[in-house]
This record gives sequence, C-alpha cells and structure tokens, in this order.
Amino acid sequence: MIRETAASLGARIASGDLSSVQATQAHLDRIAEVDGRVHAFLHVDAEGALEAAAAVDARLARGEQLGPLAGVPIAVKDVIATKGVPTTAGSKILEGWRPPYDATLTTRLRDAGLVILGKTNMDEFAMGSSTEYSAYGPTYNPWDLTRIPGGSGGGSAAALAAFEAPLSIGTDTGGSIRQPGAVTGTVGAKPTYGGTSRYGLIAFSSSLDTPGPCARTVEDTALLHAVIAGHDPMDSTSIPQPVPDVVGAARRGAAGDLSGVRIGLVREFTGEGAEPGVMAAFRDTVESLTKLGAEIVEVSCPHFLYALPAYYLIAPSECSSNLARFDGVRFGLRVGDDGSHSLEEVMSVTREAGFGPEVKRRIIVGTYALSSGYYDAYYGQAQKVRTLITRDFTAAFEQVDVIVSPTTPFVAFPLGSRTSDPYQMYLADLYTIPTNLYGGPGISVPCGLSEGLPVGLQIMAPTMADDRMYRVGAAVESVVGTLTPPAL
Amino acid sequence: MAAISRDEVAHLARLSRLAVTDQELDLFAGQLDVILQAVARVGEVVAEDIPPTSHSVPLVNVLRDDVAAPCLTPAEALAGAPDPFEGRFRVPRILEEDQ
Repeated sequence: MIRETAASLGARIASGDLSSVQATQAHLDRIAEVDGRVHAFLHVDAEGALEAAAAVDARLARGEQLGPLAGVPIAVKDVIATKGVPTTAGSKILEGWRPPYDATLTTRLRDAGLVILGKTNMDEFAMGSSTEYSAYGPTYNPWDLTRIPGGSGGGSAAALAAFEAPLSIGTDTGGSIRQPGAVTGTVGAKPTYGGTSRYGLIAFSSSLDTPGPCARTVEDTALLHAVIAGHDPMDSTSIPQPVPDVVGAARRGAAGDLSGVRIGLVREFTGEGAEPGVMAAFRDTVESLTKLGAEIVEVSCPHFLYALPAYYLIAPSECSSNLARFDGVRFGLRVGDDGSHSLEEVMSVTREAGFGPEVKRRIIVGTYALSSGYYDAYYGQAQKVRTLITRDFTAAFEQVDVIVSPTTPFVAFPLGSRTSDPYQMYLADLYTIPTNLYGGPGISVPCGLSEGLPVGLQIMAPTMADDRMYRVGAAVESVVGTLTPPAL
Repeated sequence: MAAISRDEVAHLARLSRLAVTDQELDLFAGQLDVILQAVARVGEVVAEDIPPTSHSVPLVNVLRDDVAAPCLTPAEALAGAPDPFEGRFRVPRILEEDQ
C-alpha cells in the first residue's frame, strides 16, 4: 500500500475499499521502520494523524462528498505553521514552539481531508541545498544513505522516496522544492509566486518564498497543487485569479502527445559546471520529447547567468530583515536573561545561540548589502538584474510555451562534501533561481539516472500558466517512468 | 583584494545583534569574502536606466474588507513567550532607576 499513488489511495478510500485509518497506520508503520535511518521527519504526530484519519472515515461514512485526496496521508515541511504541533523551521531558536494558529495551507489540507503525518526536516529557515544545515541533524538520501537528499526541503523529498508518505509540502525560494525532488527521483513543483498563500509560512525571503506540492508522480503533484493553490485574503501578494487546470493538464500530458508544444532550450545554459551524466540524461529526454511532437527552439536569456549572484544578494537582504523578529521576546529561545545583561545583550546572545552558521552568514551578507554605501552597488543592482531576468523570460515566452533545463547541475553529493565552502553549495541552485526571481512556475520531474543516482529535468512556464509545466512534465513521465530507489 | 575585512564582519555582526565568537569571525571573514566577490558580479551588468524589481506580483494597496473576525486570545498569543508576565511580554530592563 505504501507504494501506491495518492490518486489510487484517495480513490480506494472514497470507494470504501480502504479506510483512511488503515492508510495512515501503514505509513506510520513505515516511518517507524525506516526513519531512524532516513531522518526525514523532525516530528511525527501519530496520535493527531490517526484522529484526523478517523474523522475523515466518519465523514465519508455519513455520505459526505470530499475531494480526491480525502483520507490520504501527507508530510508537511517544518516551516509551515501547524496549530499545536511543533514547528521549528529546522532551527534551535524555535525548538519546542507550537504555533497558536494554522497556516492557510494547513487549513486547506485539513479541509480537503488530508491527514498530516508530521513535520519534515529542512535546512534551518530553508537556507541550504542539502538539509545539512538543519539544527537537528541531516536527512539521508534513500537512494544512498551516505548522500544528501537536497535542500532545503530534503525531508519532504526523502519521505516520498522512502515511501514514508505519498505526498508532501515544500517551499521554494531558490530551488528548495525542485532540487530535492531532482536528487531523490521524485516530483516537486514551485507554483507561480502568489499562486499559493504564504500566510503561516515562516518567512525567509518574502518576495521569493513559494509553497508547493511534492509527490512521486506528476498527477499526484497536480492533485495536491489544486488543493493548496488559490487566492487568500490573508496574503497581500496572493494573486486574485482562478487556479489553472493543472490536473487536467497533467492527464493530457500523460497521454504522451505534445504536438504543437514549443519547448525552449536556454543557449546560455551550456552545461558548463554540470556533470556530464546529468547533461546526458537531460539531452536524451529532450530528444525523446521531439518524438512526442514537441518542437525544440533555442532561446537566448543572456541575464540568467547573473541570477545566482543577484539571488544571493536579494535573498540574504530580505532574510536579514525577516529574521529580526527572532529576538527572544515574543516566542522561541531566550538566553542570558539573568539580570546582568541589557536587552540588547540578551538579544545578541540569544541569536548567537539559536542560529546556525549558514543563517548567520546570510544575515551578515544581507546587512552588508543593505548598508549605506553598499546598497546601490549590491542590493540596488541586484534588483535591476531581476528586471532584466524578467525581460529575458518575457521575450523567451513569445517564442516558446515552456523552457526546460536540468534541475540542478549535479546528482546527490556525499554528505559533508560542500559544507565548508558555502559558495559551492550555492551552485546547486544555478538553474532553479531564475524562475524565482521572475515569479513563474517550475517543476522538476525525474529524467533518468547518472551513476545510479536520479537526475531531474526542470520545466519553467510563464506566470499563472502552471498547467503548461504539468502537461509537459506528465509527458516526460510517460517516456521516462517513475524512479524507484533500491530497498532500504 | 579582499571584499570584506574581519573588522567589518565584526561590525556587521554587532549591527545584526549576533554575539559571534572569535572563531566564527575567523571562519566567516574568509567565507564572506568569497561570497561577496562572487555576488559582486551583478555589477558587470550595465543597467543604469533599468528600473529595479522588488517583487514579481504587480499588486498595490491590497486591503481586506474591514470585518470583525475571531483572533488569538491574549493567552494564546503569549503561549510561546519565553517570559510572559501579567498578560504581557516581559523583557530585561531598558531604563535606569532615575529615567
């Protein structure tokens, strides 16, 4: 049962063939069996999950019509507020914090009858590409437990690959859904910015943070997308427009017909710095899409190569401001309050004790980039580059329907191999960042193996055209199939 | 040439309310220098007459209808506070006796 798709589990639960309690218990058993080795979860809420599952079963028994995912278990990244359930964002500064409210996204999951199994591990405050910056220890890639599961949402991706959950929620600021999806052989989608609500998401970089769906198949990802997307009055950047028909698009794409679809390849993404095996799997898959009727067009996006430096100025700048709220006053850790220290000293000692090294580095970089004398050259210039990247996308989408690239330049790397050189870690986001700066949607879909490890193909689409990436993503899946890791 | 010195990192840490240790300063100074030299590449793009983008969603002055709705009780709002006191967030003294 744990290897079934969410669509299949949901259909069986709706028909009475399976209860939500049975489905939930099976996944809790799997977590108990393997999570000691994978460490995808920071907190497992077995009691809450079984209660929620029983409630869904009771609603269905009364004849209530619920959605296609009612009763299906899900894992939620620990950066999303879940009322009464610990939410740490992978940081010691929030150890033991239980939010007094649910994020909009959490509410939508509950309303649709999804059963929250627990909270997944992540790089602290979603800053990282390997989950090694979690204050609670890393997550291990189910394909090879000596390698990273990607980040920041490594827990959400590993939980899928290890069959601990059929669905999970991630958040993507520079690639934190797509890159973990790529290196664990799972699917992860970053919706259009503003397409999913940020209310109740612990903020890292507010102009970029985007919650999104993760699953093992494109259709399951689309079904979850449909549950969580849509306008939210509680988020002033939420787009007041209907959600594109992502589920219909995924089903259309699964039929394997891409006639009339124009797919763009970015000339400036030459493959420099990417592993040969990654480029080979990517190129083979693109070639196979032409056999489904797609037309391949080369597009030029000359500013994409400046996306990485622009991002690593904009995101730290916003983070240095957002993380000012962790001052030991209203929630979380407080250290050094023994009557001999000033308020300012207590704040400084608390933040020193509560934040890990990557968070501190980014706060300091952001403070630098925003300081007078450097603002124009760093933050101001990065914002102009953001405009140019948006123009590159706009021009490209006049010629093509979607743009494809590898999701990340390298397969899962060994734990510990990049932590001492932060900029080497940043390079994992080379291909995912442009679309965050632009605001459009992107999805990573498995496209093959390199040296026995999964490779992801990224599909980028215009803002609010999320359906296009699901159509092409499902077509890729129809050619490549799903990838299954060796038994744990 | 280094983009940032150890003293500058110490100054920025103070501004950021981070009581970093000497060991961290030694480590961060080198790492931040690498990062800042790399991100300074944004300066290579000629963009004088280009407007900045702060946000991808062109919405302004977004307001909700002014309708009363349930919100957190004081007890709920204080539930995660490290040192709640009589319905408030208690912090270390910021004024001296004679102020």
